[in-house]
This record gives sequence, C-alpha cells and structure tokens, in this order.
Amino acid sequence: MSGENDGNSAVIDNIEARRHAPLFKRLATHFHQYWQLWVLALPSILFVVIFAYVPMYGVQLAFRKYDITKGMTGGDWVGFQYFRQFFNDPMFVEIITNTFRISLWTLVMGFIAPIILALLINQIGSSKVKGFVQTITYMPHFISTVVMVSMLQIFLSPGTGLLGRFFGRESLMGDPNSFTSIYWISEIWQHMGWNCIIYLAALSSVDLALYEAAKIDGAGRLQLIRYVDFPTILPTVGVMLILNMGSVLGVGFEKVWLMQNTLNITASEVISTYTYRIGILDNQFSYSTAIGLFNSVVNFVFLVIANTIAKRASNTSIF
Amino acid sequence: MSFLQRGASTIPTVIPPKKKIRRNNSLQHPAHQQKTLGDRVIDGVIAVIVALIVIAILYPLWFIIIASLSDPTAVATGQVNLLPKGFSISGYSKILTDERIWIGYRNTIVYTVLGTAVNLIVTIPSAFAMSRREFKPRRVIMFLFAFTMFFSGGLIPSYLLMKQLGLLNSMWVFILPGAFGVYNMIIARSFFEGSIPEELRDSARVDGVSYFGFFFKIVLPLSSAIIAVIGLYCFVGHWNDYFTGLIYIRDQDQQPLQNVLQMILLANQTDQGSAGMTAAQSQNFADQIKFGIIIVSTLPLLVIYPFLQKYFNKGVMIGAIKG
Repeated sequence: MSGENDGNSAVIDNIEARRHAPLFKRLATHFHQYWQLWVLALPSILFVVIFAYVPMYGVQLAFRKYDITKGMTGGDWVGFQYFRQFFNDPMFVEIITNTFRISLWTLVMGFIAPIILALLINQIGSSKVKGFVQTITYMPHFISTVVMVSMLQIFLSPGTGLLGRFFGRESLMGDPNSFTSIYWISEIWQHMGWNCIIYLAALSSVDLALYEAAKIDGAGRLQLIRYVDFPTILPTVGVMLILNMGSVLGVGFEKVWLMQNTLNITASEVISTYTYRIGILDNQFSYSTAIGLFNSVVNFVFLVIANTIAKRASNTSIF
Repeated sequence: MSFLQRGASTIPTVIPPKKKIRRNNSLQHPAHQQKTLGDRVIDGVIAVIVALIVIAILYPLWFIIIASLSDPTAVATGQVNLLPKGFSISGYSKILTDERIWIGYRNTIVYTVLGTAVNLIVTIPSAFAMSRREFKPRRVIMFLFAFTMFFSGGLIPSYLLMKQLGLLNSMWVFILPGAFGVYNMIIARSFFEGSIPEELRDSARVDGVSYFGFFFKIVLPLSSAIIAVIGLYCFVGHWNDYFTGLIYIRDQDQQPLQNVLQMILLANQTDQGSAGMTAAQSQNFADQIKFGIIIVSTLPLLVIYPFLQKYFNKGVMIGAIKG
C-alpha cells in the first residue's frame, strides 16, 4: 500500500482519497495495473459469452412462436403455450417417468459403487497391486459411447453373445424391462474406477495416527474402515452428492440415443432424446426449447435444494 | 543477481518438497500392520472381491481383442474363451480397405489436434488470470463461468446460434464452441493457486516482471503436468465426440470417426459377407468386423493410456483439492 512511511492519518487520508476517486479514475488505475490479466482472460470470456450466454438469451424462444425470418428472439410472444403443450403431451408421463427411473438408478448405484471400490482399493497393501487395479479399473472410462453401446449389442446379442447366450433367444437390447438395468450396470462398469479416484485422493490424506489410536481402542479392520476411512471421505461424498443432484433429470443424450430401438422405445425415450427428436428431426424449435428449459430448471432447482440441505446439515456446499 | 537471471534450472527448487505422509515409522497403514486371524480373513475376502472386479472389467476388453483375431464362426458358437481360435484377420483386411473409416480417421485427427490446441490456448491463460487473488473482478467472472456449468440454453438455441454463425457443416463447429471448458479451467486454476508460491510472484514483481513475463517465462515452464492433464482430457473428449457430428454435420465426408463407427457398428448390416455365405455366416462376419473396428478406433487411446495414466490420476487429485 502506498503511503506506508507517512503517519497514520496520512494512510487513512490516502485510502479515503482512493475510495472517493471518480469511477473513471479508479477504472483507469485498475486497467493500467491489470490489463495483461484481462488480455489473458479475454478469449475465455468471449467464448463463454458467445457460446453459453447467447444461447441462454435465446431461451426466450420457449415463449415465442419461432419465425424463420426473425430468428431466435423475434417471433410473436405466446407465453406458456409450449409448456402447456408439453404437460398435455400424451408422451409427457412416459418421458418423465423414464427419465427419473433411469437417472435415479444410475445416480444411486453410480454413486455408491465408486465409494465402495475406493474403500476396497485402499485396503490393498502392495502399491504395485494397487497401481495395477487402478490402471485396469480406469481403462473403460476412455472408451467412447459409440463403442460402449456396440459392445453391449455384441455381448448381449441373443444366442451368440458373451452374455446374451445365457438369456436364451430373448433380445435384451430390445426388452423395455431390462433397458434401465443395462444402462446403469454398464455405466458403473465404465466409470466406477474413474469416479473412485477422487475418494482415493481423500483417503490418502488419512492421518495414520488415527489408525493407531483406533487400534488401541480395539478396532478391527472393518471398524477401521467404518470409523476412520469412511468419515475421512464424507465431505467429498457430500460435494459429489450435491453435484450429482444437479443431473437428476439430466440423463446423458448420447448413450440413451444410441441404445434406443423401436422395441425398447417405451422405456428409453427420455427428455434429452425427445428434445432432439422434436427439435432437430421435426423442426419444432419453440416446443423443443420449452422442453429443454423445463429440464434445465428442474435440474437447477434440485441442485439448489441439495446444496441448501447439505449446507445446513454438514457445512458442505459448492456455492 | 536477480532471481530471473539465474536460469530456469533453479526455479523448481522453489517448489516445496513433497511432504512425506509417513512421519513416523511406527505409524503404518493398516494393510501393513501385524494381523490377527480375523484380519487375515478380511484381507482374503477383500482380495477375492477386488480380483472379481478386475476380471469383470478386463475380460470383456480381452475378449474383443481375441475375438477380432479368431474365426467368426468359432466366436459365434462360443469356442473362443481365453485365446484366439482359428486365427483369422479377415475382419481387419476388410476394415483396412474401407474408405469411410479412413476419412473418419483423418477428420478426427484434424479435429482432435486443432481442438486440443485451441482448448489449451484459451483455457490455461484464463486459469492463470483467475488464479491471481489481487485481480478483483475474478469473483464476478468466475461466477459467470461457473453458472454455465449448471444452466445452459439447451439444444435448439445452440443449434440456431451455430446456424447463424455459419458453423453448420463446418469443421470449426468441432473446435470453437467447446474451446473453453470451465471444469478444466477450474482444475488448472487450483493447480496455479496451490503450486505456484506467492513468493515467486513477489520476487518477480520486485524485478519488474509483468504478468505476461511471469506467466510465459515462469508459470508455464512449471506447469507441464497440468498442461498434460488438461491436454489429455481435451484429446479424449474430442476423440470420442459423437454428439457434435450428429447434430451439426450433414456432409458424410466431414463426419468424424465416432459417427462413421456408429453407421457401421450400430446400423445392422448383413451385406458385409461375400456371395456364397449363409445368412448366419455373414452375420458372424459382420460381428468380426465390429470387433476389429472397436480395436482400430480405440487403438490410439489404448497406446497412450499406460504412459498417461499417472497424469490422469494427478489431474483428478488436483481438481479434488478444491472440490
């Protein structure tokens, strides 16, 4: 701070003077000092404004009748017409149920599995074995969705597939009842290892004296996991839970879309695939935007609720 | 002599040495301690469970490899279990002569290399600016960034924007819209905040080094690990991208590999076999080609994977500090 060598009153005067300096002057000082940081951040700000905030502004299309000559923001205002259309859509109940069913199964199972895996891997004594297990379990994470779904199709193909042959002539990929299970089990297979890294990171910070103290109190291996390891990762678990809550209605598009076929469509049409079908394939831009907005708002509300609860309950929050 | 003139080789010494977690030899992880009989039983149970998980993950991947090298009929009748049977690379020779795969491959390489480069050029400087505590506007800017992680305009407004910008059916749609990833920026920012000591900036400032000089000459050379991690995330993301091609590209010659794969793998074709094959035989042959394509398309990632695994690990850990 300038003026450090002067008396106390001079310092105060100086601060006062700066606080009351005209806005223009303060901005000039700021940019003189930090223009290089602005330059470094500028491209990212531009990209975010153009590719995230312009579409967000364009969300008003959900309340307007799309007019190809007037673009995103020029059509006539129709209020909540498209939302009412969605709530009265004969597909509405089916789509919402499907979305909730698939995402809840995936969220709950996909949330628990990495925690268990991390606790298990943490119990491995040899660091070589540990490294090997980690290498193997992370691997499927890098397989693309297209390849993942075609692996499912090959392995589950009735009669001849690696798994399909145990289910007789019935095609699992075409069975609405097994769609959800196939979806979440393959999600876990693919991402369990990757998602457990964050818990392993937390576990590596356990104070070893705690194990010692617990052992003196007579704790066995399982109790050490229960009373030392588990509490250690609990804050991380909280944050991950909040982040996951933000996608309660956000089943990823790609995998569902690729797994869909005419046989399982009653169980596999979700909000994101319906938005695509209505919007891109049928060109009903306004209607599709309204469905997408409904989806975003629900997700956002869930995120805020989860965040508030977590904040009250355990002082964990993401904002 | 000023700090900067001593040359880059002295800089890493400023980074504090890695903390040893094991401060005391008598303190050990439970897995290394003396065990009672009950503990040994638990150890055994854990070992069996972990082994089953490893097999469940590894075997399908191994099966694809051996199936792609086996006789299609042997695969279909369940004779291929642990090793290839009736060695055959007819699937591969069919793939290597398929022009579509090569066009897709070429497109994906172009999109991935360019896209990853642009990602890094945009993300890393931004993360540095956001990591400077004295830069007051960063709070507002970070909020603007973070908000986009939880709320978006959705499919159609984005689609119409791309249309207006003339990005439909253009290779730039793979590169520009995703050029800046907020998540990656946050990881890099955490790294800068955690691993670049404040003293470094202070001494540089005393020597009259500007932010540009500090970023390019001091911070970047110390940040190869985080650049590698984020570069890899972006690389994998671009390589596996299917959505962009599906929504924005109509022109077959511009489709990336994943979309070509989807056409070949998931469109159930039976025209792959040559004349004289029965329906079952040509179905088996089509499966053989699928196994081969899975290998061919995933090969680049599989090749770099072992080298990069430790970096991936590190990246998530860095991100986890903030989490």
